[in-house]
Amino acid sequence: MSATASPMLLFHDIDEPGLNTLEVYERRGGYEALHKALQSSPEEVLAQLEASGIRGRGGAGFSMGKKVSFLPKGTMDKYLVCNADESEPGTFKDRELMQKSPHMLIEGIVIASYAAGTNRSFIYIRGEYVLQADMLDAALGEAREAGFVGEEILDSEHSLSLVVHRGAGAYICGEETGLLDSLEGKRGNPRLKPPFPAVQGLYQGPTLINNVETLATVPAIMRMGGEEYAKLGVETSTGTKLVSISGQVQRPGNYEIELGIPSREIIYGLAGGPPEGREIKCWFPGGSSAPVLTADDLDVPYDFDSLGKAGSMLGSGAIIVVDDSTPIVELAMKLAKFYRHESCGKCTPCREGTNWTVKMLERIDSGEATPMDLDIMASVQEHIIGNCLCVLGDAMAMPIGSMIAKFRPEFEAHIEAAQARNGLGATAASDLALVAQGAVEAHSEPADHTAEQLGAGEQAPGEHAGEPGTHQGGL
Amino acid sequence: MSSPSSVPMDKGVPRFEHGSRVPGWDTPADLEKDPATIPGVGGTPSVPVPDGLRAEIEAHMALYPETRSASLPALAAAQRVHGWCSPEAIEQVACVMGLTPADLAAVATFYDMLETEPVGRHSVYVCTNISCSLCGADALLAAIQGSASDEEEFNVRGFECLGACDIAPMASVDGVYVGPLSIEDVPALLEDVRAGRPVLPEKQLARKRVADPHANTQEFPLHEAEGDA
Repeated sequence: MSATASPMLLFHDIDEPGLNTLEVYERRGGYEALHKALQSSPEEVLAQLEASGIRGRGGAGFSMGKKVSFLPKGTMDKYLVCNADESEPGTFKDRELMQKSPHMLIEGIVIASYAAGTNRSFIYIRGEYVLQADMLDAALGEAREAGFVGEEILDSEHSLSLVVHRGAGAYICGEETGLLDSLEGKRGNPRLKPPFPAVQGLYQGPTLINNVETLATVPAIMRMGGEEYAKLGVETSTGTKLVSISGQVQRPGNYEIELGIPSREIIYGLAGGPPEGREIKCWFPGGSSAPVLTADDLDVPYDFDSLGKAGSMLGSGAIIVVDDSTPIVELAMKLAKFYRHESCGKCTPCREGTNWTVKMLERIDSGEATPMDLDIMASVQEHIIGNCLCVLGDAMAMPIGSMIAKFRPEFEAHIEAAQARNGLGATAASDLALVAQGAVEAHSEPADHTAEQLGAGEQAPGEHAGEPGTHQGGL
Repeated sequence: MSSPSSVPMDKGVPRFEHGSRVPGWDTPADLEKDPATIPGVGGTPSVPVPDGLRAEIEAHMALYPETRSASLPALAAAQRVHGWCSPEAIEQVACVMGLTPADLAAVATFYDMLETEPVGRHSVYVCTNISCSLCGADALLAAIQGSASDEEEFNVRGFECLGACDIAPMASVDGVYVGPLSIEDVPALLEDVRAGRPVLPEKQLARKRVADPHANTQEFPLHEAEGDA
């Protein structure tokens, strides 16, 4: 299997005790890449990054070298922000890196800041990662002491300050402009783009924002050279990638793979596939925001463009496997509720769309919906996509839309089953409404008589017409 | 009839039972009114701030080109002192940072980890997102909520993805990640918290190795329990 031959750039001996300390990291060749980088010019370092072809590991997959080159030249306040607000459901690769090899990230930040000409940098880490932030703080202290961070690093002209900034729990702060607002001490509302952060970002200055994994790969690129790095993986997706696998698999966890290997090899070969006797129903290839794929797509190569062609995306590289024991409606509901909770409320399509999607799913679950509601729900998703400042709404609309498209029969069966449970048979919604109205009108007459006249079965629709969602336990 | 509305409404805006906002919620602001004031500035009475808290907030403010950036760490520090972001806590932060209390209240209500109501001393966040719920997180949350009835002591909450799906279902107990948890672990977990011991040391994330079998060229021992409280 090619997976066994995959080179370890980020995870090489990641569990060595004390790798989080400067002593062990340096003994293993740490900070050599920084020495090498500071001996060449920033343009040469940038050329290496561009030659490596590395694409951002945070979700959007934008070329890192290009991003760095977008920053204006000249003397001004420029910033580098490391996005460590890893909150995409299913993603936990940055956690592993920051906890076990924080110096790798710090070294990457210093090299990237040298290439981009930035003098101030921040690591925005999510507030839930207490242990990881403590590790970073400790490592940063050591790096400062040793002169890898601070004024005139290693006797060069490059100076850099670095601050570990702890968030306080908001998914939207993983979005780059929401992150910037949060880092400025405000609510984490995304901003209108353009201007892009590379032109006008933190404190209105040009800002380079990169994911932890992207920056942590920079030392490896410097060590081996950009062209050598580009030989790994496939043409448009170079290098190795950390993949977080979770959900219903036998060996969940982080794995380092070479981009372009078949997805089946990751899910079955590395993670052991679903539990005994179960089949894969669907899987998210790139965090919960990626449209779901099914068992038919298992042979798609795991890289940016192949997954794009298959109708999904690589995203943050988090595979969530769902086996056939999970009802799709339940899955969609979990997903929609998450995005409803995390929508910042700034843009109407996202704020209302996530809310109405949850309401419609609740109707489906309780048997009040009809198959037509599935079309309405699908159209709500279409109206969210591309109509907001950021992609949070899209991140719900894409997977929910794909679930409706791929599992429509199951949604319909769910509705029918719920209606049968309510004792209504497969009554159409219009009939249901009439029954309900009739019952309500009947109720407004002397109550005692009508209660006797109506059977218990007919009373029910009257109740739930008035109060959606309450009848489930009662029936 | 009590209607357990299926949609948890935000607490800020007064709403009817069916969800629409009470009239008057959009009454325009009074433009004749004096601008909002900062405690201790322009004649507004200052508020006493504990020395330790003031020093901590000022240290954070010194780290950024614009001091306002320190509002998240400052509110977190005030929450550690007061137990939650109470009006007093927010006033004290406002006084040190030179912001209006409303500015900070707006920030505090946005973030999940900043509590705007009194809560129990120990936070137990149970991840209930997709990966964990596929592995039984909802039952785990119900079990913990059922057992941790002393609300003074515990703040048990279902939380969005905590980024530890490899140890699903999991919980973050006062910031320490533990998992995978079963219902049987719940009494021991709560007992450890009550006694002030490290929580389920053998289940802490800090001791877990990377799952990738190719990551290590030699066998390394388990990590020291770095996450021990």
